[in-house]
Amino acid sequence: MSVATAFEIVLAAVVLGLGIWTTAVRETYSATVGFVAYGLLVALVWVRLDAVDVALTEAAIGGGLGGVLLLGAAARLRNTELVLTEAPGKATQVAAAVLAALTGAALAGAVLLLPDPAPTLAPTVVEHAWATGMTNPVTNVLMAFRAMDTMLEKVVLLLAIVGVWSLATDGAWGGHPGPRHRADPHGVLVFLARLLPPVGIVVGIYILWTGANHPGGAFQGGAILASMWLLTIMAGLTDTPPVSSRRWRLVLVAGPGLFLVVGLAGLWLGAAFLAYPPAQAKPLILGIEVAMILTIAVTLGLLIAGAPERSVK
Amino acid sequence: MNDFLTAAVGFVLAMLALGLVSILRGPGDTDRMMAAQLIGTGGIAVLLLLGTVARVPAAVDVALTLALLATFASIAFVKKGLSSLEANGTEPTGEE
Amino acid sequence: MSLVRDIMTIAAVSAGAFFFLAGTVGLLRFPDTLTRLHALTKADNLGLGLIVVGLLPQAGSLRDGLKLVSIWLLVMLAGATVSQLIARNARQDETAK
Repeated sequence: MSVATAFEIVLAAVVLGLGIWTTAVRETYSATVGFVAYGLLVALVWVRLDAVDVALTEAAIGGGLGGVLLLGAAARLRNTELVLTEAPGKATQVAAAVLAALTGAALAGAVLLLPDPAPTLAPTVVEHAWATGMTNPVTNVLMAFRAMDTMLEKVVLLLAIVGVWSLATDGAWGGHPGPRHRADPHGVLVFLARLLPPVGIVVGIYILWTGANHPGGAFQGGAILASMWLLTIMAGLTDTPPVSSRRWRLVLVAGPGLFLVVGLAGLWLGAAFLAYPPAQAKPLILGIEVAMILTIAVTLGLLIAGAPERSVK
Repeated sequence: MNDFLTAAVGFVLAMLALGLVSILRGPGDTDRMMAAQLIGTGGIAVLLLLGTVARVPAAVDVALTLALLATFASIAFVKKGLSSLEANGTEPTGEE
Repeated sequence: MSLVRDIMTIAAVSAGAFFFLAGTVGLLRFPDTLTRLHALTKADNLGLGLIVVGLLPQAGSLRDGLKLVSIWLLVMLAGATVSQLIARNARQDETAK
């Protein structure tokens, strides 16, 4: 057994053990901390599997934003936990165990029954990289070869925002999500919230830019920007925007909107919906990604901020 | 050289696993936060070493993302997130 | 030349790994929150710092080296601020008890 194999076995065991503990622990706050650590370790697994694009997404979502989302959920659940002191009945527990075991067995079976070698389109993707002028195959698939899926995905994010906003009470409709945070203006939190976002913005843009030829892209960059925005909100340096604001809503639709316009132009001028003329493919994709990183940053930030709670006044 | 660096990755990973014991054991939330901070730093170290061993230069970008976001997560843990519903049900006043 | 660089890497990475060991053992064994915090920051600053120093001779280009150093600076900044916040949190918990 080589050193590398031993490393992989240890990593897998740690991830599995942490996953089991996170599921089993009763206290929601501990489970959240466990889950964030779990996300970090899963990012290591993805790097080990040579899927650095996925590792970046996992680091950005699982290691940062997901934790904040779960903390919010945990705080809300705390009030209901006091009511739900009695354990679920025996029948429910057995049914849940059977269902979980069956799902696990089905997943294990699916993994074991995969054909070897697995069917793949990867060589075709690499072969046609010339068509866009970009060498990162993941970006090529997301932005050109399967651009339709990516566009619809962004529409789903938009629908999610509408869903979250619709949970607002009548009085708070159109208002600011979450509480107004306050912190000592000379404190250490405010210091960090002033120092870190400029660096974070540069890193976010770098991740977007490098996505053309190396792992990276608009989603990962957008997640970084969203985290920096939420940091300034948590430090009380800025407030969440009122959801009725027209300007912010415009940013929310900018990404999918531009995508749709480019797609329709392809239908009108070229061969098909979302067909880019090869000469302009790269600038067009870059333009869409720039609009998209802003949309993703604002969408993720507002999704985590939650439903409006304070009216505009 | 590669064998040495792989061994170093294994060692730091083992330290990470030990740090996890601290998350599991607690006892308080503060100890869990500290363990999460240690795991964040350890994860960054593992990524940097792994990127050099496996010749995956982009692993450094993942480490850069983690360095930014591990901070963010730690602050969220201290602030208990963005929510207005604190443990005792009162509005958070931020740090004093 | 390559031998000198490899020796530098081995020395610095080993020292960094030692500080990770020290930080982890401290986190597990020290008696109270503030001393545990003190142990933790050793892993943050020195552990990662020495590993970064050790990897610098292996970096492919100047840009990669700068990235490594900026990761270390970011983690130090984060460690310094977050441990202050954690310490304050711990003290508030104590006075609340």
